[in-house]
Amino acid sequence: MSRRRAEQPVVPPAEFTSYYGKPILNQPTWASPDIPGYLFLGGLAGGASLLAAGADLTGRDVLGRTAKAGALTAGLVSVAALIHDLGRPARFLNMMRVFKVTSPMSVGSWLLGGYVPAAGVAAVTALTGRLPRLGAVATAGAAVLGPGVAAYTAALISNTAVPAWHDGYPEMPFVFTGSGMMAAGGLGMLSGLLPGAGPGEAEPARNLALLGAAMEAAAFERMEHRIGMVAEPYSRGRGGGYVKAGKALAILGAGGAALSRRSPVATAVSGVALILASAATRWGIFHAGLASAADPKYTVVPQRQRLNERTLAASRALDAD
Amino acid sequence: MSADGQRTVTWLPEIRRGGFRGALYGDTDPADLCGYPDHPPRMGFFTDTSVCIGCKACEVACKEWNGVPEDGLNLLGMSYDNTGGLGADTWRHVAFIEQRKPVAAPDAGVAREGASDQLRWLMAADVCKHCTHAACLDACPTGALFRTEFGTVVVQEDICNGCGYCVPACPYGVIDQRKDDGRAWKCTLCYDRIGDGMEPACAKACPTDSIQFGPLDELRERADARLAQLHAAGVADAQLYGRDPDDGVAGDGAFFLLLDEPEVYGLPPDPVVTTRDIPSMWRHVGTAAAVMAAGAVAAFAAATLGGQR
Ligand code: SF4
Ligand code: SF4
Repeated sequence: MSRRRAEQPVVPPAEFTSYYGKPILNQPTWASPDIPGYLFLGGLAGGASLLAAGADLTGRDVLGRTAKAGALTAGLVSVAALIHDLGRPARFLNMMRVFKVTSPMSVGSWLLGGYVPAAGVAAVTALTGRLPRLGAVATAGAAVLGPGVAAYTAALISNTAVPAWHDGYPEMPFVFTGSGMMAAGGLGMLSGLLPGAGPGEAEPARNLALLGAAMEAAAFERMEHRIGMVAEPYSRGRGGGYVKAGKALAILGAGGAALSRRSPVATAVSGVALILASAATRWGIFHAGLASAADPKYTVVPQRQRLNERTLAASRALDAD
Repeated sequence: MSADGQRTVTWLPEIRRGGFRGALYGDTDPADLCGYPDHPPRMGFFTDTSVCIGCKACEVACKEWNGVPEDGLNLLGMSYDNTGGLGADTWRHVAFIEQRKPVAAPDAGVAREGASDQLRWLMAADVCKHCTHAACLDACPTGALFRTEFGTVVVQEDICNGCGYCVPACPYGVIDQRKDDGRAWKCTLCYDRIGDGMEPACAKACPTDSIQFGPLDELRERADARLAQLHAAGVADAQLYGRDPDDGVAGDGAFFLLLDEPEVYGLPPDPVVTTRDIPSMWRHVGTAAAVMAAGAVAAFAAATLGGQR
């Protein structure tokens, strides 16, 4: 028995000590649907603004109008969700009191402060047909800020002590931008079904969705693999359920988008599935973070391991002297 | 510096001045870092849990002095701990641990032979650590959390908008949102009292001097001496927690002498301030955003090359 054990690879001890099983961290006060919705809509908006700019440059009116309307709506609802989640919504403007690079929420507030008005002017000028020059400038502005809007929320959740969020910080921005591309692509695909859409109207959106779905999946896979046991909440419980649903929807949507270019029904189903896939991933990441904060295991085990390794290295160095 | 003169590390030049080391992690004087020209010495707490008797005078004194609301009278079934942990309405929390462990008895100050199966009762008054690099403060988007001239970390209740960012940022689970009020609350190290030369309410009330208040340098010396004394008496598990300026938060303004591993008391064994990684986080965000923009260009180019306009 003991011999067999010695042959097994060394694994970190699953046992750990805690104070009556209580979490080390205080539970995030952020609520669903506000915060996962805000993460999802920021990605959708950012991606849609890129589609809008590309559509204008390549003369795709219907795609452009759809993307601009989508970007503005998503941007506004995401800001509304953020404000709604505040303990003191009336003090929202205190966000603009300082600018702190150490606080992604501060950076993000300023970013949204520039982005939402740009997306607004872009959408209103496109839908009314007024002031086309101003509209072009605003569309370009929104496209420049859009990727930042889609990506910064990854730093926002990673810049916490929540193990599943923090430890995933190198991949999280790629999960988020991939997810945003997928959602915006899904939305753009639907524009191909609208009256006035030319042949190939939604082709770039389809491409963007496929790229985004691949990027989200690859980055997520890499993150889960790299962070080890800390990634457990991404495959278990409520968070895991959402993540799995997101993967299934992404496969359905991407498969449909790639294979059945001609069928309007398949395009509609795929487009909606891609949007929902992106939302499900964000909900999954959100709930996995809550689970990761609620279980002291994810805080204690990696820290204890790190500490033991350091102590061991120090005593070895002492022995060597 | 924010609009009304309160200081936080807010902007790149301040980070550039010292480089990332010092500004975001590593040993530093936080009041210097935040640009206080002439400031008093850094003040803090040394909580020596080996003399704590679990009377909870600190919990009561804190609530009374700071007007912290009652947050439910509960029986938690956790030894004598019916408070549970630090939060918006608990700024001092006394932990109680009952254990059977083959250790020397700490109370007598000498090792006791054959003490192996004796019940040991650990008590420890936890509090906000007033970290040298405080994640709560770094994360706060409104500047409501700020660094005082004493090097402590305080929330300005008239500015906090309850965004909740500080809550998951804190690696110790200290600061929390008060539900009916929406804002974040935590220990202020009695900013109002120490400004007037008084000691914080908890330290004042502590009958055993388990909670000691003073300039951090002095407290560290005192703690080192006490640790040496306990080790000499055979209390091998005694350890200082949060004392080391080389740890993941560059040391705590409020640190502890513990008689067992930190996680036994509900403390993280090796906390790291999350903002140590913020430069790398922003680099990854920048790359991901650029990849997204490039992806959009590729999506349109592929459509054009594919003959679709
Ligand atoms: S212990 Fe938590 S709440 Fe206190 S200063 Fe450090 S990060 Fe902030
Ligand atoms: S809840 Fe208040 S103190 Fe905490 S980060 Fe937000 S504004 Fe700052």
